[in-house]
Amino acid sequence: MSSVPADVQLPDPETVLNEHSIQEIDEWLTRYPEERKQSAVLAALSIAQHQNQGWLSTELMDAVAAKLDMPPIAVYEVASFYSMFETKPVGRHCVAICTNISCMLMGSDNIVEHVQDKYGIKLGESTEDGRIYLKVEEECLAACAGGPMMQVDHVYHTQLTPQKVDEILDALD
Amino acid sequence: MSDDTIQITVDGTPLTAKRGQMLIEVTDAAGIDVPRFCYHKKLSIAANCRMCLVEVEKAPKPLPACATPCMPDMVVHTDSKVARDAQKGTMEFLLINHPLDCPICDQGGECELQDVAMGYGNGASQYTEGKRVVFDKYIGPLIATEMTRCIHCTRCVRFGEEIAGIRELGATGRGENVRIGTYIEKSVVSEVSGNVIDICPVGALTARPSRFTARAWELSQQPGVSPHDSVGSNIFIHMDGSTVNRVVPRDNESINEVWIADRDRFSYQGLSSSDRLGTPMVRVDGELQPTDWSTALAAAASKLKSGTLGVLTSASNTLEELYLSQKLGRALGSNNIDHRLGQTDFSAQDAAPVMPWLGMGFNDLETLDAALLIGSNIRKDQPIAALRLRKSAIKGAAISFINPRGFPLHFDAAEIITTRFDRMVTELYAVAKAAGADLSAMQDAPDVDTDERHERIAESLKQGERAAVFLGNLSVQHPDYSRLQFLANALARTTGATLAMLPERANTAGAWLAGAVPHREAGGVAIQGGNAGMDAGQLLDAPLQSYLLVGIEPELDAANPALAMKTLQASSGVVAISAFLSEGLKQVADVVLPAAAFTETFGTYVNATGNWQSSRGVTNPPGDARPAWKIFRVLASELELEGFEYNSPEEITRELQSRCGGIQLGNLTEFATVPGFAAARDAQLLRAGETPIYATDPVVRRSQPLQKSMDGKQAMASMAASVARELSLSEGDNASVRQNGLVVTLPVRIDDNVPDGCVWVPTGLPETAALGELFGTIEVSKA
Repeated sequence: MSSVPADVQLPDPETVLNEHSIQEIDEWLTRYPEERKQSAVLAALSIAQHQNQGWLSTELMDAVAAKLDMPPIAVYEVASFYSMFETKPVGRHCVAICTNISCMLMGSDNIVEHVQDKYGIKLGESTEDGRIYLKVEEECLAACAGGPMMQVDHVYHTQLTPQKVDEILDALD
Repeated sequence: MSDDTIQITVDGTPLTAKRGQMLIEVTDAAGIDVPRFCYHKKLSIAANCRMCLVEVEKAPKPLPACATPCMPDMVVHTDSKVARDAQKGTMEFLLINHPLDCPICDQGGECELQDVAMGYGNGASQYTEGKRVVFDKYIGPLIATEMTRCIHCTRCVRFGEEIAGIRELGATGRGENVRIGTYIEKSVVSEVSGNVIDICPVGALTARPSRFTARAWELSQQPGVSPHDSVGSNIFIHMDGSTVNRVVPRDNESINEVWIADRDRFSYQGLSSSDRLGTPMVRVDGELQPTDWSTALAAAASKLKSGTLGVLTSASNTLEELYLSQKLGRALGSNNIDHRLGQTDFSAQDAAPVMPWLGMGFNDLETLDAALLIGSNIRKDQPIAALRLRKSAIKGAAISFINPRGFPLHFDAAEIITTRFDRMVTELYAVAKAAGADLSAMQDAPDVDTDERHERIAESLKQGERAAVFLGNLSVQHPDYSRLQFLANALARTTGATLAMLPERANTAGAWLAGAVPHREAGGVAIQGGNAGMDAGQLLDAPLQSYLLVGIEPELDAANPALAMKTLQASSGVVAISAFLSEGLKQVADVVLPAAAFTETFGTYVNATGNWQSSRGVTNPPGDARPAWKIFRVLASELELEGFEYNSPEEITRELQSRCGGIQLGNLTEFATVPGFAAARDAQLLRAGETPIYATDPVVRRSQPLQKSMDGKQAMASMAASVARELSLSEGDNASVRQNGLVVTLPVRIDDNVPDGCVWVPTGLPETAALGELFGTIEVSKA
């Protein structure tokens, strides 16, 4: 029983999501029962976000809603809840510095300050050239033994020092 | 004592409960007060506000009463120290971000948060940090938002999902950033959206039309009945002095439960419309001029006596007005009386039941196994009945439709047959044939092939233990109504399903009982000897010497508005009893007598289940306007007619009641003959349409908030993309829409719910009032 408002015109997923995204979402859909398509919402949003330089537009979320027979608001709820999803345009490299307890004890505040000064932006902002997005990392990234640590485009970097951070970030395109 | 019944103790009092029943239901039934915000008896349990925490012995910590099932010998304390501390703690947290703006909040004085804070809150907060602010988004003309006040109980979200069937509001963000809203700026589209105003425990969602106009404690409250659809929802009218400030639901489990439609809630805004009549008027030198009652009454009487009379009265009128309309007409020797202005096919009127009715109670709509709705946009036409039917659908009932276009539904239908209106009969014939119905009475029956859809519908109706075949508003307006009636009868008979009518207006059933039809008197007594009068179609086809229009707006109510206006204009004896002076009346009426409207007069409404519900006049009509029953009384005396000397409107109700004593209700009837089959009009572009939800009666038509809402904006020519391509039109273009030389310009809307070969142009709207028949041919081109 879906409660998709029938009065709402949703975009055709095929025109908004690219072929690769559709293929990947379809593959995820095979893992769930036909009437439980919404189980694939996290995967589908993640795929859609990849297609769009790391953020989800309303149109993309609507396309996911149409693809999964969900009310669009239910997709917005998921996208706005999880910190892995961005609902506003962001820089192309996602830099997330862990500031949870272990990293904090190991000096993550200095790392954050260093990166903020380096680019002249605050946590949650992107550089003007659209290169770096300094993500607010809400959760512990589960690499406590290597703190302070950060995640850059899904890659973990541990035992950070300001020098090491510079090397890593300067090497990005 | 059955196994299910158990004993629990609450605050030292032994109580009986059902095993597994939630504790809060038991304490509510026993009158023990447990504070709550998120719990609502009609919604699912969320247990997210934590306000109803109580102490349960042997439990390590306080438990939420709304989500704690009763167990045998449970001992509960609702006001022990543990319970109180928990409740006070929750209250303090809830108030952390709540603004202290009660003095400017519309909910002030009737706010659950305010009430509970009085009992459980502290005088001061320990919280010294900044409060959260939420910026509002516009969600439409009916609901005002002030989301900084929201405490995230999610009642409104659950209402959308579980009751209205349209999930429009949601909780986005997380933690402190959670907010309730639509995320994107959009108007909510549900036709029952206003109910979130009532269930919101704080001032986050309030009624926009009555915002900042009164304090709750200054309002007085009177019970009433909503006059806008055949549900007859029970309402409370809240008055600020002598004006209606707002309308809210009045609980009635057997009718509207605790909900009302937006139409019931916001229609009152139309009462003070600028074309409201406060003085009688007569036409002098071609212009309607204000005058006094005695001049107007004398003029009216002379018009009504001047020759053959036709009486047209609205099914939105009160039962008393309907009864007096026909009584006056018949006392003047005319049987030309009708309320069916929207109907075109009257050929089965002799076979019609005494009154059209649902054939069951509203609560039976929740337990159907199968249903077929023929020509019905039930969601917009009878919104509260549709909520009930939706419950059947959720339980798995096979609910199917045969409609002249696809309508947005709030449940999953089994089969939806969408076809051009001229093929609806064929489709229904196929279902009846698949069910094995006896269709031999139908002349020239075509050779119709049935397909799987027809068979599945027929099978579901046969298999369903509780099945029903419904005829909706669009069937009644359909040019082949009699054939649809015959086929629906045959189908219901052969499948054992109930034949259910969804009366179109608040008093459609009442109009039949009151005798507001040309062939039957009050109480459904047939007029003998070939003396039946002319029906509404004939009355508006060729002009008579005089007309009495009661609560009618001819350009909006008639099935063929252009023809109706032409006919009435050609008559020089049109007397109108009306609360409003519509554009059409302004052109055709020769005498206008100003009448009281909804809330201003006593009136009875007979709803779809045959329930007679009366509501009193609670405000005064403007100026010299008078309740219509009094107008009939003086008009009758002016005409020297006897039998109209009523001292109170209740006398009229009793008089009619005494004539309706022995009525047996039933929709199944015998058809002597059935008209031959009409051929599909293949090569032509057809017009089809409906009377949209906010165009059904004069009061609703004038309610600005409703007109500004999504459902109020219906003046469009909608067509499928393929049709638009053929006509070289695209979305938003202005199109010239022509019928028999009449032209109007309407914006184009591309809507693939409209079948091929067909353009959807609604009626009841000023923008389409210059057009002809609702179901007919049409020409459309770029303007």
